[in-house]
Amino acid sequence: MKRTVDVAFAVAWRMLHNNFTNPSLLLPGLAFPLFFFTAFAGGLSRVNDVPGFRFPVGYTAFQFVFVLLQSAAFAGVFTGFGIVRDFESGFARRLMLAAPDRRGILLGYGIGALGRWSVTATVLTCVALLAGMQVGGNGVDVFALYALAVLVNACGLLWSAGVAMRLRTMQAAPLMQLPIFLSLFFAPVFVPVDLLADWLRVIAHLNPVTLLLEGGRSLIAGTPTHVAYAFAAALALVAGFSVWAVRGLRNAEAAGG
Amino acid sequence: MIRTLRQPANWITPLVFPLALMAVNTGGLDAATNIPGFPSDSFLPFFLAFPFIQGSLFATINAGVDLARDIQTGFLNRLSLTPMSGTALLVGHLGGVIVLGFVQALWYLGAGLVMGVRLESGFAGAAVLFVLAVLIVLAFGSFGAFAALRTGSTEAVQSLFPVFFVFLFLSSMNLPRNLIETDWFRLVASANPVSYLIEGIRSLVIFGWDAEALALAFSISIGLAIAGLALSSVAMRGRLART
Repeated sequence: MKRTVDVAFAVAWRMLHNNFTNPSLLLPGLAFPLFFFTAFAGGLSRVNDVPGFRFPVGYTAFQFVFVLLQSAAFAGVFTGFGIVRDFESGFARRLMLAAPDRRGILLGYGIGALGRWSVTATVLTCVALLAGMQVGGNGVDVFALYALAVLVNACGLLWSAGVAMRLRTMQAAPLMQLPIFLSLFFAPVFVPVDLLADWLRVIAHLNPVTLLLEGGRSLIAGTPTHVAYAFAAALALVAGFSVWAVRGLRNAEAAGG
Repeated sequence: MIRTLRQPANWITPLVFPLALMAVNTGGLDAATNIPGFPSDSFLPFFLAFPFIQGSLFATINAGVDLARDIQTGFLNRLSLTPMSGTALLVGHLGGVIVLGFVQALWYLGAGLVMGVRLESGFAGAAVLFVLAVLIVLAFGSFGAFAALRTGSTEAVQSLFPVFFVFLFLSSMNLPRNLIETDWFRLVASANPVSYLIEGIRSLVIFGWDAEALALAFSISIGLAIAGLALSSVAMRGRLART
């Protein structure tokens, strides 16, 4: 167990060091969520006046939850790009030779993704509060919201790691991000699910991201609703994508890194 | 054009992705038509201008990347040894972008009509819309060519995409400017030339003939095209002089 943890921390430290010392890796991960938040919360605040739109803490908080979960998922995906770079440069091959327990590599990438997102989440939260975001939930609700986002971050990382370790080329980048992007946007992004167009409402009801978004929004509003379902969905996704990522790791091992 | 056709990602993405985003936004924001003062009964015709602009961005970046790759691989150096002039090179390059822009415009308008959009300005409006769409592609494309010629780096051209995207999102693409509630956002959208390009296309779809919107859209796109062409011509001369 100690060996696994040692490997994990070494990989995580390297990921975080690379990310925080290279502006071309750091800035997009920070800038895009802020930009989406600005564009959606600022440009669409009038949606608050749409008949039937009832969100007690305002449109800024409504959009904040979406952008928070989106940033969590994409921090995982961007870490997946780093995994591919490690394979393309040959570093992953050396890492696999050196690691006594290779599951530690996956765990390390996971910790790296979480560290990367933590900075984004902190900046995003500060900007949202400075922009006047209201928070209706108490400390427990807010903690639960961020816990939900941590699980989304793990989902993004595990999905992209599975793809990265199977294909081991940057050409797989669209495959890593497009399903995440689509699942996020085929959910109630701009308005609650009841106000979506009929065809999108049908898709949104089938999309587990809807549960995560509605759970998260109910937490920030201080009226927790279906939160258990949201966590159950997130944990199920993490479990499923863990199997996907570990099998990807085995695939990379079989291919010789 | 041939090179674009040979790389499916270069033409599938600008044809499919803007329509996918249009579908998502239309489904998500249809309720916004209930805001008092919203200029359309359905969000789809209001939002149809979006794919024209986003498609232009895709075409621009793809073409810019191709030109930058020609520089990186030394192909432009070899071309410069031939009697071909820099202007001809630039015109040829932008010609491909314009053709792709025209095909995209046909595709987006066709998709809109199939989904039930009715062009208020009629058949003549469609012709004007195509001219405006091509001018916008030419304007953006000339800036993409300038970036490629100035930097000679595919990565630098790719990095323009987020910049263009910021201009697109901080515009009146989702709501008319008079309905944007947040003051600073309305100011930014009003100062953003992309808002007027969108509003020019939108006016042909939902209002009919709006002289002011069309005059602004045409003057801005022509102005941007002239500036972009001038910059890229200078950059082309510099690039050929150095090689």
